[in-house]
Amino acid sequence: MKAAVIVFPGSNCDRDVQVSIEQSTGKPCAMIWHKETELPELDLIVIPGGFSYGDYLRSGAIAAHSPIMREVKARTDSGVAVLGICNGFHVLTETQLLPGILMRNAGLKFICRDVDLRVETTSSVFTQNYAKDQVIRIPIAHNDGNYFTDPDTLKMLEDEDRVAFRYCDAQGGINEAGNPNGSMSSIAGILNRRRNILGMMPHPERLADQLLGGIDGRPMFDGLVEALVA
Amino acid sequence: MSKITPEIVKEHGLTEDEYDKVLEIMGREPNITELGIFSVMWSEHCSYKSSKKWLKTLHTEEPWVICGPGENAGIVDIGDGQAAIFKMESHNHPSFIEPFQGAATGVGGIMRDIFTMGARPVANMNALRFGRPDHPKTKHLVNGVVAGIGSYGNCMGVPTVGGECEFDTSYDGNILVNAMTVGVADTEKIFYSAAAGEGYPLVYVGSRTGRDGIHGATMASAEFDDDTDEKRPTVQVGDPFTEKLVLEACLELMATDAIIGIQDMGAAGLTCSTFEMASKGGVGVEMDLDLVPKRAADMTAYELMLSESQERMVMVLKPGREEEARKIFEKWELNFAVVGRLTDTGRLVLKMGGEIVGDLPIDPLAEASPEYDRPWVATSKPAILDAADVPAPNDPCAALKRMIGSPNFAQKRWIWDQYDHMVMGDTVQRPGGDSAVVRVHGTPKGLAITTDCTPRYCYADPFEGGKQVVAEAWRNITAVGAKPLAITDCLNFGNPERPEIMGQFVGCIEGMGEACRTLEFPVVSGNVSFYNETRGEGIRPTPTIGGIGVLTDVAKAVSCAFSAADEDIVLIGETNGHLGRSAYLAEIEGRDEGAPPPVDLAIERRNGDAVRGMIDDGLVSACHDLSDGGVFVALAEMAMAGDMGAAIDAPDTGIALHAWLFGEDQARYLVTSRDAKTVLAKAAEAGVPASIIGRTGSDRLTVGQSLSISVSELKSAHEDWMPNFMSAP
Amino acid sequence: MKAKIHVTFKEGVLDPQGKAVRNALGSLGFDGIDRVRQGKFIEIDLQENDAEKARSSVKEMCEQLLANTVIENYAIDIIE
Repeated sequence: MKAAVIVFPGSNCDRDVQVSIEQSTGKPCAMIWHKETELPELDLIVIPGGFSYGDYLRSGAIAAHSPIMREVKARTDSGVAVLGICNGFHVLTETQLLPGILMRNAGLKFICRDVDLRVETTSSVFTQNYAKDQVIRIPIAHNDGNYFTDPDTLKMLEDEDRVAFRYCDAQGGINEAGNPNGSMSSIAGILNRRRNILGMMPHPERLADQLLGGIDGRPMFDGLVEALVA
Repeated sequence: MSKITPEIVKEHGLTEDEYDKVLEIMGREPNITELGIFSVMWSEHCSYKSSKKWLKTLHTEEPWVICGPGENAGIVDIGDGQAAIFKMESHNHPSFIEPFQGAATGVGGIMRDIFTMGARPVANMNALRFGRPDHPKTKHLVNGVVAGIGSYGNCMGVPTVGGECEFDTSYDGNILVNAMTVGVADTEKIFYSAAAGEGYPLVYVGSRTGRDGIHGATMASAEFDDDTDEKRPTVQVGDPFTEKLVLEACLELMATDAIIGIQDMGAAGLTCSTFEMASKGGVGVEMDLDLVPKRAADMTAYELMLSESQERMVMVLKPGREEEARKIFEKWELNFAVVGRLTDTGRLVLKMGGEIVGDLPIDPLAEASPEYDRPWVATSKPAILDAADVPAPNDPCAALKRMIGSPNFAQKRWIWDQYDHMVMGDTVQRPGGDSAVVRVHGTPKGLAITTDCTPRYCYADPFEGGKQVVAEAWRNITAVGAKPLAITDCLNFGNPERPEIMGQFVGCIEGMGEACRTLEFPVVSGNVSFYNETRGEGIRPTPTIGGIGVLTDVAKAVSCAFSAADEDIVLIGETNGHLGRSAYLAEIEGRDEGAPPPVDLAIERRNGDAVRGMIDDGLVSACHDLSDGGVFVALAEMAMAGDMGAAIDAPDTGIALHAWLFGEDQARYLVTSRDAKTVLAKAAEAGVPASIIGRTGSDRLTVGQSLSISVSELKSAHEDWMPNFMSAP
Repeated sequence: MKAKIHVTFKEGVLDPQGKAVRNALGSLGFDGIDRVRQGKFIEIDLQENDAEKARSSVKEMCEQLLANTVIENYAIDIIE
């Protein structure tokens, strides 16, 4: 699998996700500056977490207009997998590669902690190594993770099995207590119709190393390597 | 040119004597820009004029120290050609006036100090002290300070891995915001501030200069009065996004060999940074203020030199390397301007509109700044309080629950949830333990980091308190298994012109110095914050210590959480039941009396070295240092962290039960082990008192037959206070 | 000329900051507040001298960047 991480001014989880990818592939993962207009041959593009352009105006809004994003869009059309984590999810909604938007957390505070997620679908290259309804522990760290969309789009996401992860309690129950940021329908991550783009607020790269306290994020990267073996 | 009147001199915080010295150095009357420069250079904040004499007595050298006090930050060798660069700094006054921006820019400033030296910041810590919880301003200040620290560190992508938060009425009018950053660099790639090379270009990078924080340095050196709210406009606004770009651009340029010297602009901005660089390098500087990037075209020379706009740096480059450097900064969309040249005149010459607007000698001003031997009186030693004079509680478990649910013991997750403590992917031990532990990226090594202070002890007996703060930092680092290396100090005190305050300062420094020497734990950086007083009411002496240590194998680090049932719990160190100035006395009895526990540094060292050896040998599954609240609070913390209880045998020591449970004797640890026999043997070998006091297991913490409380009951008391307090109307 | 742009949440979109401001005003004793909506105000200095052209270019800016039309409305004021 050939992978690359896009770097915007203010990205700050770029190195973290690079480490996780390299751990799973055993191969170097390229870093691509946002002003580039061309991409090398790739199987996976990651848009990392951070504060692109300081999250000024709206999180991800300015990065969405970076030169490289035109090329990213073109690649998604040809089926290349794109993973947007946290601020990367913001960028994907701002470019309208994914529907909806991430608003200010309901509690109006930045939240950094491990949360429980329920795997809602295993039918994607990102989630195939998990079991359906499996409860996994992955950290969140964001100000704006409160997913919102219109009722028709929500119904479409559900009908098309495009909700990848929901926030849940330790037993896998979907309820207010397990929802850290007020997200509509407890949505933590969604797929596009073609299922080659995943946007998620939690950070799988932060728990992919036992020394850091857990490895529930690792099956995502291992699964991508298996699915996208070149 | 405006005439300098005595009123103008006074407004600039200079005494008559100091102004006479200005006239002597200048050989003429200074203009207003020059006077402004003298005033900030000679402010307490920049010159350390009241503290210099005493700071010189601190212990600052050990073989692993690469750079001690005097640079932007201290540097220690962590092996394999790598160095840890770290410092703690106060941003107390700005944070009281505008908590969000004050705290945020404090964090931004300390991170700049670290990456100026070539290190990538890898961890932030902070020590916060607020007034009593029911003071009308406290909640607002907590909210703003925590959000401000989070906003800056989170956006920079540097994890905030721990710290402390205390509430006490002595901080009602003067909160303390002490921020610490630790960075890692290659020892071959460390950058200093000294300028050198006649004709070499002086370069300005980063944000434009605006009218922010003019005279922030003099504000930080003055007592608050009723007009403090009027001082609001002088507080700077932080832009962490720009600082993230400055960080990346600087590190990119530092990977080349184009830089001769580099200095960030902190307090007193362009003035302090150019003086520092020139003075250290023994050169002169000629600067054209027309070339300085500005936010407003009509800024005066005075404003440009004194502005405290954030996210700016100055550097001296090798000649001919300007374009290479400019390209890097332009890639990161930052300002880059050659604003002057080095000269051999030993003078700072400022030009604007083709005219000379300032001309000052550098050495007399920077190095001959005033130094005072302020009169001081030693704090009288309090009498020792006998445990028999402290009533036993009816129910020790209820007392324990009350203590761990009190503001100063309650869990501070409400705070650290707002800090990204995991970014950079190396946080091995998260906030809440004895020390935070971060892996040194790409290596098996780890850094242990802690901040500590017990102002209760320092107030009662500055000398013993000063020893204790250093010893506690050393102990916290030891408790995770790391070798303590060095400390940074952030010395927060009241008005040094009052002899009793100066006496507190001297006492603390002397105690700290002794502890640093015995524990081989030198001070390598720090700052002094005086004038933490409002209407003559000073804070308790608060010499906050930030300590770091190194683990050669980070996988060996232990936490304080009980990790398995049926393990023996071993108490290491001697227990005498010292209740004077204890947390028990304060929280349960509401009394602030007696002498603090004495610190025997030789014993401290002996016990700590033994514990560290046991951790290194893999004998220990959990370890916690004993401090505030003694054995019982430590046991509760270990139980809550591991979600597991313990059965403690009724002590048979001749010490009153409540003194045994809550006494704060120093140099003690609790460890758990599957092989307590070997732990006891190792302790005996080292001459360290140690005994098995109980076993882990069940969901209750029990002592003997009659005392028992469930871990979940403890947890709710411990976890609920802070969120309830902050959400209450 | 100058463009003044107000960006606000659409009807029906939860505005947690507005809600928090409303609660804070309530606790300060300001009664009789039905609702608070918080938004953004953006001011742009333009070289364009034709008001209609200015308006249409600012509208384009709003559509492309300044507002997220999934959840936000915008209103433009052109001042000569």
